[in-house]
Amino acid sequence: MAKRHANELEIEPNDSGRRPPRAVVGSHRIEEEIFGRAFDKNIIRRIWAFVRPYRAMAVVSLAALLIFTGTQLLIPLIIRYAIDHAITPAGADASALLEAAVAFALAILVNFGAAYAQETVVGKMAENVLFDIRRAMFAHLQKVSLSFMDKTEVGRLMSRLQGDVNSIHEFLENSIYSVGDIALLFGIIFVMLSVNFSLGFLTLSVLPALLIIRIVWLPRAREAFMAAQETNSVVNGALAEAIQGVRTVQSMDRQYVNFVLYDDKAHADLTTHLTAARYAQVMVPIVDGLTGLAMAVVIVVGGSMIMNGRVDVGVLVAYIFYIQRFFDPIRSLTLQYSVMQRAMASGKRLTDVLDVRIEIQDKPDARILAPEMDGSVEFRSVTFGYDPKQPVLKNVSFRVNPGETVALVGPTGSGKSSAMALVHRFYDVQQGQVLVGGHDVRDLTQESLGTQIAMVLQEPFLFTGTVFENIRYHKTEATREKVIEAAKVVGAHDFIMRLPDRYETQLGERGGNLSLGQRQLVSFARALVADAKILVLDEATASIDSYTEMVIQKALRKLLEGRTALVIAHRLATIRGADRIIVLQNGQVIETGNHEKLMAMGGLYSKLYNLNYSSFDDIPEEEADPTGQAASRT
Amino acid sequence: MGSDAVGTTSLKSSAYVKAAGWGRGLSTLLRITRMNLRHPWQVALAIGSTMVAVILQLLIPQLLGRAVDQTQVAIGGSVTVTAAEQALWTPALLLLGASTLRGLFTMAQNYFAEAVGHRVAYELRLACYDKVQRLSFSFHDRVHSGDLITLGILDLDGVRMYFSTALVRFFLLTMLIGIGACMMISTDPVLGLIALSFVPFVAWRSSVTQLKLRAIWLDLQERLSVLGRVMEENFAGIRVVRAFSAQAYEMAKFDIASTNALELAHEQVDVYVPNTSAMTLAFFVAMGLVLWIGCDKLIAGQISVGTLTTFLTFMTILQMPVRQIGLMVNGFARAYTCGSRLFSLLDQDITIGDASGARPLEIGEGTLRFDNVSFAYPGTGNRVILKNITFCARRGETIAIVGPPGSGKSTMAHLIPRFYDVTGGTIMVDGQDIRGVTLASLRKAVAVVQQDAFLFTTTIENNIAYGDPWAKEQPIERASESAQLHNYILGLPAGYKTVVGERGASLSGGQRQRLTIARTMMLRPSIVVFDDSTAAIDAATEQRIRAAIRRFAKDRVTIIIAHRLSSLKHADRILFVDNGEIVERGTHQELLAKRGRYKALYDLQLRPGDDIATTFGGAP
Repeated sequence: MAKRHANELEIEPNDSGRRPPRAVVGSHRIEEEIFGRAFDKNIIRRIWAFVRPYRAMAVVSLAALLIFTGTQLLIPLIIRYAIDHAITPAGADASALLEAAVAFALAILVNFGAAYAQETVVGKMAENVLFDIRRAMFAHLQKVSLSFMDKTEVGRLMSRLQGDVNSIHEFLENSIYSVGDIALLFGIIFVMLSVNFSLGFLTLSVLPALLIIRIVWLPRAREAFMAAQETNSVVNGALAEAIQGVRTVQSMDRQYVNFVLYDDKAHADLTTHLTAARYAQVMVPIVDGLTGLAMAVVIVVGGSMIMNGRVDVGVLVAYIFYIQRFFDPIRSLTLQYSVMQRAMASGKRLTDVLDVRIEIQDKPDARILAPEMDGSVEFRSVTFGYDPKQPVLKNVSFRVNPGETVALVGPTGSGKSSAMALVHRFYDVQQGQVLVGGHDVRDLTQESLGTQIAMVLQEPFLFTGTVFENIRYHKTEATREKVIEAAKVVGAHDFIMRLPDRYETQLGERGGNLSLGQRQLVSFARALVADAKILVLDEATASIDSYTEMVIQKALRKLLEGRTALVIAHRLATIRGADRIIVLQNGQVIETGNHEKLMAMGGLYSKLYNLNYSSFDDIPEEEADPTGQAASRT
Repeated sequence: MGSDAVGTTSLKSSAYVKAAGWGRGLSTLLRITRMNLRHPWQVALAIGSTMVAVILQLLIPQLLGRAVDQTQVAIGGSVTVTAAEQALWTPALLLLGASTLRGLFTMAQNYFAEAVGHRVAYELRLACYDKVQRLSFSFHDRVHSGDLITLGILDLDGVRMYFSTALVRFFLLTMLIGIGACMMISTDPVLGLIALSFVPFVAWRSSVTQLKLRAIWLDLQERLSVLGRVMEENFAGIRVVRAFSAQAYEMAKFDIASTNALELAHEQVDVYVPNTSAMTLAFFVAMGLVLWIGCDKLIAGQISVGTLTTFLTFMTILQMPVRQIGLMVNGFARAYTCGSRLFSLLDQDITIGDASGARPLEIGEGTLRFDNVSFAYPGTGNRVILKNITFCARRGETIAIVGPPGSGKSTMAHLIPRFYDVTGGTIMVDGQDIRGVTLASLRKAVAVVQQDAFLFTTTIENNIAYGDPWAKEQPIERASESAQLHNYILGLPAGYKTVVGERGASLSGGQRQRLTIARTMMLRPSIVVFDDSTAAIDAATEQRIRAAIRRFAKDRVTIIIAHRLSSLKHADRILFVDNGEIVERGTHQELLAKRGRYKALYDLQLRPGDDIATTFGGAP
């Protein structure tokens, strides 16, 4: 295939000035720090806390590992013993040969058992620790404040729970094997030196050479490997984007430009991979050459020692066995350095998540909000801001009586959503009190508070699963009848029955196979099944077609029946239907009353209403601007 | 291969590949082999180096054996010790040379094997990318994007690895075991057979284990992705979780998914460990026997100590490669399933493309005509979405299409740029059937502003200029002004250079739609369709965009599909579509006067609350 370059694109006749197109495919990831210090006592301590429950397993596997290493060291010695006794000039020693055979059989059986035990235990333990860390983080994230969750991207959290825990897993597994490697390395050195010091010393003198080469090689090779990884993620990202955005690509006729740009990325990927392959392979002849050198030394030096009767030929054979093994530990040990660096960087990020303070906690003597409570909601001089220096609610007081529907109305940023969040104690107020059923929410258990308050959010969020599971959600005790009943009440039953598998239809990601209106209805049904005394509802702003709109307004009516409701209202139909309207502006309550009363007052509400938009969100900013005329009139 | 033969399932599940049988599997492997052979020099270098490396490697035990024997010569007393010592230099240097050369040739073997794989991967990447970009909407409707991405990443990797993990390794292992066996057996048949006795067992176990591990791995990935989804949805929907106090329920959901995955991770260990341990044991048993019987023979004087050394070192050389038989089998199996899936994508027919002899669309008056158009989605049989649609729109006119959800409005929009081809009737632009003109020229002339705006991960500027990457700054800013986006963009820290999209800053639904509108305005199309593209934009902003669009509409045909009737009022003609047919048509006033379906919809929307306000939550 012919190679095309992006700069060819510049010759396109579209423009007289030759400059590259404003076009890219595939983007670089915003990389996080991968390598840091290789050892951090605090991080190790934190990781150890997760290993502790399995410390018995760790001890067992370490013991098995050392036994395993021991048999590896022993086998060449048994071979030596057998050979030496077989070729004794004085005549073969049959019993010694039998001894050797028995010893060999025992050694390989122990080797088998130890390898089995150690690999099984290490493998499972490392997996367990990985899953435990992930669970601890997930559980912690269920409790941390919403403001932390709001300002942390989902993708970032996911890379904590997937990528970072994996590098800890890798670290644990490798650490144990490293112990084996070190034991093997020192074992070989010890055995070789003790069998014959000068021969051992000479043979081992090639080891430092490899070590030095590895240390010089490692950072360069790592750079090449990372470059290959990076270009790979770029091409894969570009492909994913082309697939996901294919409709736009085709309708904008960008296929050609994209192909040429992609070719560049794909070619860059090819180049980096070839470079990485060169770095990886260059070690092969070095290791092989050094192995050959060590063997040559053993033959020349060892051979002459044999001839001079200083060692037996069995020693030579045993040394040949050791030489074939002694480069392996050096290779894995030098790699372990990178593994540790990565693990420390990941461990730091993991502990950062685990250490996020839980701001909202049940008091030790928190009370359970009884289902028999009256269902009132009251704000008493509430002042609240996400940043305490910039309050979004200032000294707000109002009361929603049992069974009453109150609409909160006001321009964007007036504090409506914050008020809604405070009822559920997503945040704690800075001053004043929020009371539900006559109790300060801070004196209640969060669990019981949540059970008595149902919330419907502006954006209906559905989970992967069936329609049935979505409507039932956490109320696992809700029967099928109850779920269908709820769907019928909100008018979702009809469209659900038209789905391929009705209530058992699998919803796509975020309910992708349903329209916005349908998702809205499912979320209403979910709130209905939750069967709470108090309903807090944020009306959706996006316009949906009039047919669905009609169904939704009907469903809303059903939902509010017999409940205390606090509604962040956008649509006039909803606002006019409320028992009372609270107009918020700039974090303060400026008007209260029903529609007629507010109209008679001639304040902000009546002005907005008279503009004749069907939804308050439609009012242009300049007309609703609190600093504009509207505000000065109130 | 027909496009119908390959549906969603074929790209997704291996069931289809399995059903295809061995003949088909072999042809897949042959096809990959042919792709490899398109790089003949590198293939030759890889295979040639493999052969040399194998021979050098087999020399090493021989040389070692000879050297060991040489150390015994002096004991016999036939030569002096000094001469014997001198003689040791020859095998030692030969050993050093053979070992170093083997390293060099192994390096060449691995490098060229990798290089062939990566070059094939490069070609396949381009082929996939090109195919994906040109396959029609109906293909993309049918095939899940996640599956397609997996295909282009994992399956492509499986094909890439074929040369190094399967083909080269096949040569390597056949030669190493074949020649090695001949050498050993010819030296000493009994010892040779014993030394090789572990080979069949290990070959069998490692093949079975590798195939089993692969199946578990695939399953584990599946379960991990379920776990990932549980976590991701929990974070994305954290407000719902908190609102329902469903933390305990979510923990339970997490625990189920997590336990499921952990079980398989343990199973992986349970399959791997006993098998590798058994393989090692088999190897050592054979080695023990070689040692025992070898020593017996040594005592009997049937073999020399050097020969025994040769056998023992030969075994250690053979140990790792024999274990790799499993990897090789897996390499073939993987290439076969991955290749089948990949080729089924590459062999897809492009159902919507240029007809033979297609000519660029010539725009004269700029008239769009639907003539008795009917349409059913491919593969849905007789479920007709549109029937007998006939209308005409001239330059400067605005046509509005309204109707209940699912009535076929969007489908009409998708037919004009040939996202789908009509199943009956014709669509013409200035008298030219759109199926007879080149796709590129048609899509330049027709722009559709889609409902769900897709943003590419790049700067806002690049996103707006998506259809015209050579545009200067001025038109980009003008387009974004018209779409009421300019001021917002200026407020961003990096302005027009702000990166948006999946990995960039997130925009609200309304902002995304406005960006899509700006993107379309850049194109200056002759026919522009707004497919419910302002639903997430507030009415006031929409008003201002409408005003801009009206200025923009003078030179073109504008088609608007929208819910808010207020935004359609000014259209020259309104088509009311229901159930795939145009049931009413006329201007706003005419349709109101008709007192039909349009009027009913209008009343509903004008006073949505009136009927509700009286009953809803009224004072108790």
